[in-house]
Amino acid sequence: MNEKKILPLTGAYAAAEAMRQINPDVVAAYPITPQTPIVERFAQFVADGIVDTEMIRVESEHSAMSACVGASAAGARVMTATSSAGLALMWEVLGVASGLRLPIVMNIANRALSAPINIHCDHSDSMGARDLSWIQIYSENAQEVYEHNLLAIRLAEHKDVLLPVMVCQDGFITSHGVENVGIFPDDIVRNFVGEYEPEKFLLNINDPVTFGPLELTDYYFETKRQQEEAMDKARKIFLEIGKELSRITGREYGYFEAYETKDADVIIVVMNSTAGTAKVVVDRMRADGKKVGVLKIRLFRPFPYEEIADVLKNAKVIGVLDRSMSFGANAPIYSEIKNSLYDSERKPKLQSYIFGLGGREIYERDIEKVFEELLEGKVSNKKKYVGLRE
Amino acid sequence: MDKYPEFPKEKHVKKKAGWKEIPIGGMITKAGSSLLNKTGTWRAFRPIKDDSKCIHCFMCYVHCPENAIRSDGEKVKDIDLDYCKGCGICARICPVKAITMKEEAEFNE
Ligand code: SF4
Ligand code: SF4
Repeated sequence: MNEKKILPLTGAYAAAEAMRQINPDVVAAYPITPQTPIVERFAQFVADGIVDTEMIRVESEHSAMSACVGASAAGARVMTATSSAGLALMWEVLGVASGLRLPIVMNIANRALSAPINIHCDHSDSMGARDLSWIQIYSENAQEVYEHNLLAIRLAEHKDVLLPVMVCQDGFITSHGVENVGIFPDDIVRNFVGEYEPEKFLLNINDPVTFGPLELTDYYFETKRQQEEAMDKARKIFLEIGKELSRITGREYGYFEAYETKDADVIIVVMNSTAGTAKVVVDRMRADGKKVGVLKIRLFRPFPYEEIADVLKNAKVIGVLDRSMSFGANAPIYSEIKNSLYDSERKPKLQSYIFGLGGREIYERDIEKVFEELLEGKVSNKKKYVGLRE
Repeated sequence: MDKYPEFPKEKHVKKKAGWKEIPIGGMITKAGSSLLNKTGTWRAFRPIKDDSKCIHCFMCYVHCPENAIRSDGEKVKDIDLDYCKGCGICARICPVKAITMKEEAEFNE
């Protein structure tokens, strides 16, 4: 482990701090709440000459992602950030980035989608983009945001992956909340992230290539199959790079954090900041002799089905807390958990909970109530809502 | 799996490659590969050039979207039917109406 500097940083500033150390060649971004402080802080680094980055100020997120695609195809290391409607406006180009196999890393400060308008946190934005062949990493707190960025750039650029990555954090809750964040020395981090050396890029006139030609029925299907292969490989490579990062940070980067799950009767599955609240509740309930635990998912795409089933299969009841909905269908995380357990011999009972849409608060007492009803075995195949007024 | 094999090759015109044989991201790794794409097969109308009318102004030559009109550098010569897709731009642009478009069916045996 290395000597780290403890700084009071928001999640947004932690992301910007990682970007400063990574020192990308190009950042193209457009401000949107609650992502704005990420690129605002980073723009200050650019203005102060602390980084060598070419900062492209564009007129929309569609243009931001388009500029990122162009720069990445040209051979640059590229990062950006967005939220909510900004991510929605990028939609078309998100598929271009992954389809062209461009290793762009994007920070997401998760925020609800309009309408009605709401600037606060839920996961509708990045969950909506879960099938676009972007790797998705979710972060509980500012420290994880910082470290996940370092992991993400290596993962994206790995020669057997070459896929873009989203590093997600809860808008406002994490992005604007100040925490103590340990920042590792620049030289050690820079040595870890290394230089981006693309094998093929547009500006290499000695080896001319064409990015994104017309494929139609001839080769599109084959190209998509390759993306699935890259996602599969990313699973293992995520762990390998995580191990390397552990040597610097002393923390572990599994697909998930299994907190007090070993002998747990009831496990709650949740992502991002609410995992922190849930762990506090687990500690308190464990002190009262209740066998409860939390599974916090870090890697959502590619999804670690087998490993998750392994952790969950011995529990009696699982409650899955989703901060987004898939209207008319099972909620995103719940669906994946159910899929994970299909092949398992032992199948715990499952209950889907929706919580926190549009930034609706979730308190320790809410999570405790969920644990209590799951301990009583109260499960159904209907969605339940936490913090919703009837 | 080679991420960036040479692609496309001559053999791919007849038999398309599988997903393990093509570069990732749909990339074309070989410059000048459009020569493999014989756009002449698209043609419904064939340009017929009357050499006795032609004043070698090169208008058709510069406007042909397929570079199908051949020249020796001094004069405009014939049309490469492997690549001429029959768009008719040459016939339209010719100031002396030296090129006429004829239905391809007329040339079928
Ligand atoms: S018909 Fe079109 S493609 Fe053919 S020679 Fe004329 S301009 Fe070129
Ligand atoms: S445009 Fe007509 S006159 Fe000019 S070079 Fe072509 S065929 Fe000849």
